Amino acid sequence: MGKGRAALTTRGNVPRGPQSRVARLAMVAVPLCFFAIFFAYPVATILDRGLGRRGRHNIADLFTDGQLRSVLWFTLWQAVVSTLLTLAVGLPAARALARYRFTGKAIVRALVVVPFALPTVVIGGAINALIDRFGLDDGPVRLYHTTWAILLAHVIFNVAVIVRVVGGYWALLDDRVDESAQMLGASRWRVFVEIDLPRLRPAITAACAIVFLFCFTSFGVILLLGGPRQATIESEIWRYAVQRTDFHTAALLSAFQLGAVIAMVAAATLLERRIGRLTGHGRVAAPRRLSTSRERARAAASLAPTVVLVALPLASLVERSLVVRGGHGFDNYRALGSRQRASSTLLVPPIEAVRNSLLTATVATLIGLVVGGLAAGAIVYGRRAVARVLDIGLMLPLGTSAVTLGFGFLIALDEPPLDLRTSWILIPLAQALVAIPFVVRIVVPALRSIDDRLRDAATVLGASPQRVWRHVDWPVAARAASAAAAFAFAISLGEFGATSFLARPDAPTIPIAMFRLLSQPGAALRGMAMALAVILGALVMLATLVVERFRPRSSVSL
Amino acid sequence: MMVRRPLVAFLATCFVALALTACGDDSSSAGAKCFDKPTTPAIASDVAKTATKGTSITLVTHDSFALSDGTLEKFTAQTGIEVKLLKSDDAGAMVSQAVITTGKPTADVMFGIDNTFLCKALEANVFQSYESPALANVAKDLQLDPYHRVTPMDIGDVCVNYWKDSFASGKAPASFDDLTKPEFKNQFVTEHPDTSSPGFAFLLATIAKYGDKGWESYWRKLRDNGVAIANGWTEAYSEQFKSGGGDKSIVTSYASSPAAEVVFSEGKLTEPPTGLINETCFRQIEFAGVLRGSAHPEAAAALVDFLLSDTVQSDIPLNMFVFPASKTAAVPAEFSKHAKLVDKPLTLDPATIEANRIDWTERWAKVALR
Repeated sequence: MGKGRAALTTRGNVPRGPQSRVARLAMVAVPLCFFAIFFAYPVATILDRGLGRRGRHNIADLFTDGQLRSVLWFTLWQAVVSTLLTLAVGLPAARALARYRFTGKAIVRALVVVPFALPTVVIGGAINALIDRFGLDDGPVRLYHTTWAILLAHVIFNVAVIVRVVGGYWALLDDRVDESAQMLGASRWRVFVEIDLPRLRPAITAACAIVFLFCFTSFGVILLLGGPRQATIESEIWRYAVQRTDFHTAALLSAFQLGAVIAMVAAATLLERRIGRLTGHGRVAAPRRLSTSRERARAAASLAPTVVLVALPLASLVERSLVVRGGHGFDNYRALGSRQRASSTLLVPPIEAVRNSLLTATVATLIGLVVGGLAAGAIVYGRRAVARVLDIGLMLPLGTSAVTLGFGFLIALDEPPLDLRTSWILIPLAQALVAIPFVVRIVVPALRSIDDRLRDAATVLGASPQRVWRHVDWPVAARAASAAAAFAFAISLGEFGATSFLARPDAPTIPIAMFRLLSQPGAALRGMAMALAVILGALVMLATLVVERFRPRSSVSL
Repeated sequence: MMVRRPLVAFLATCFVALALTACGDDSSSAGAKCFDKPTTPAIASDVAKTATKGTSITLVTHDSFALSDGTLEKFTAQTGIEVKLLKSDDAGAMVSQAVITTGKPTADVMFGIDNTFLCKALEANVFQSYESPALANVAKDLQLDPYHRVTPMDIGDVCVNYWKDSFASGKAPASFDDLTKPEFKNQFVTEHPDTSSPGFAFLLATIAKYGDKGWESYWRKLRDNGVAIANGWTEAYSEQFKSGGGDKSIVTSYASSPAAEVVFSEGKLTEPPTGLINETCFRQIEFAGVLRGSAHPEAAAALVDFLLSDTVQSDIPLNMFVFPASKTAAVPAEFSKHAKLVDKPLTLDPATIEANRIDWTERWAKVALR
């Protein structure tokens, strides 16, 4: 197989992108400015301000204080283990979804995104309820408030990233190679290890990097499922900055977190580059129907872990939304439309939160697509140094504490023309920061996977560079971007951290409304919160299904 | 070297950004004691009348802030001043944000800082003094700051609540000591004092009750009796407590939670399903204040007056489930029927709380989380 692998890897020249000067300038300038103004500047400001104050801990404590050291160590190892577990659960499902056609496939693809998009407080609550129901809260197998619960929750939340990012890439790979190898007698395992895995490495690296960053900066899951004894760097930053107003210690931890994230992202990008460009687009494989019952059983077994893990908490959530006094019913949903019932808690009928959420998410997605799309272009077509800065820099918001960023916004963006502290646009901007890495990580591997020979062939046949770009690169980019848009939209819909941290004019999004309903006693309000959560989940599924339905078909084929 | 230029440019941007912030305004008088005389001159008491029509000011508050529809609009109708509402996550986040932006606030008035956070904000010089004429209607013992940087707004208690159905009549827990007894083993859930304000209030209650020498041994007994620690009120009350479908029968919540259970039941309940352990109640007084650096201090002062008027004060109980600070405000019967302030609540001096906050929570963690 050595020969086959070598043939799949070509280190082509930097592909030619759009030739117009304006386009090339925009590709570099827009993402760089966005990153500098809305990330580097606020974060630098808050770190500088925090480090200039006095606090409980100094820099040496990071390495000598037993408690801080155990926090750093726990943060790191739980993120590594969570990422590996998520990969193990998600990879088989990614393959089944990439290679096969079956009834309900679109539903499964949309379903996995739901926990990823729902606020932690909802899914975390559902997981706790499940732990309770299966009797795992006490006794010999105890999950409640343990590290196991954290790992489990991280898998449930992040499996979508593996399934969608790797699965999407997998679907673009030519499956004839697999077939030939299998016909020549290679076992399925061997085909996977020697043919699929090497070709998938760019997507796996990208997806794992994202999952790792999410777990590394995990906050809600730690507080909600880990109980009072577990702490990560992120939850400690929050505790020091928000609860203790000790900005010095918080800034120390933030700086450490940022340093670790930069090192990690740099390593991942380096790894990705070492892999080289893989040309997989010989022919985009059409997913096959499951023909034999053995094949069906195998596909079901591949999908089962992911589907069960994702569906159980969601089912529990739906059930809880239907609980009314003395049985089940739709009362909680009916109550959402009335201003009366929740007026004192929300000031607006809860259903208005749905409108606010849709609006914010749409704006955030558009910002994310424009900035992320341009950045992806700059990374693939641009000069190497620019590419590197953007490649690493744009990932950093994923690995930066929401608290650090939020405080940074508050003290950095306080002068005209950038006095955005109380403007509504700050929320979609903060959400876009989280969405951009997804756009970049999904679009870049897709663009890089385009066979240079295709471009050469088009050029030889007389196509202008613009035409080559439009007909070869653009369709692939647009297809990847639409997958990224679904992610960006889902993230923004459910985003809670930045939205709740930044004080905002009173237009609650769904997660905020839900949180407020949960902050009052009374079964009626809790029921409404659950109903809102179900609506949010349904919106996420719907958005994903719609985006998939209208995504441009790839026209790349040789 | 040509290739490296964008990188250099980018790094330069970062350094410029850093340099710019180094000259930012951070005039908090570090080291000031909580109730020291403020250096910023007070807003004159009659200034509110001079507020100009057409001004727009911002009121920042915590997530539990609520008033009936149209209440703030009445202020606009009276004075011609527009009020924009900004909601922060919780009181802790709101105060931290105010401390880091001190002198350059995101709003003009803050509502909802309580006595457990008060000195944190006062020491950071967040507020500007303003003695509202409406203070005439407010009991002197609520006016904790002698310089009136903050004005009392409402009063509530944090108390241990219990689920009535879990206990035969006369068998419900009734004191701090009961919580350590075997018949209530594994039934009590409270919140982490470092991540939850009712959790912190309950810790303060035990310190007020048992003193600096005794509270740790009380917590040791609580721990040995299986006290559960949740990270926040929502997890404790809505997940672990019976009211939320959990299996714990005793929880740290508010004195008004029983009344809230009735009001939020949408008429399905006439009697609260929960009761209070009066001995455990810790007093929380919430304040409002004009933020130092406000561009419209006279309009902000007018808003403080309005917040202390009967219009707002009488509207507070059923919306925020706390008692008004003003003696002239009317408390609706629907509220007072199920909620009352305890006679002798536990309290601690705000300056003592701030001086010991970190020490106490860290000592608590060593005992309770072992």
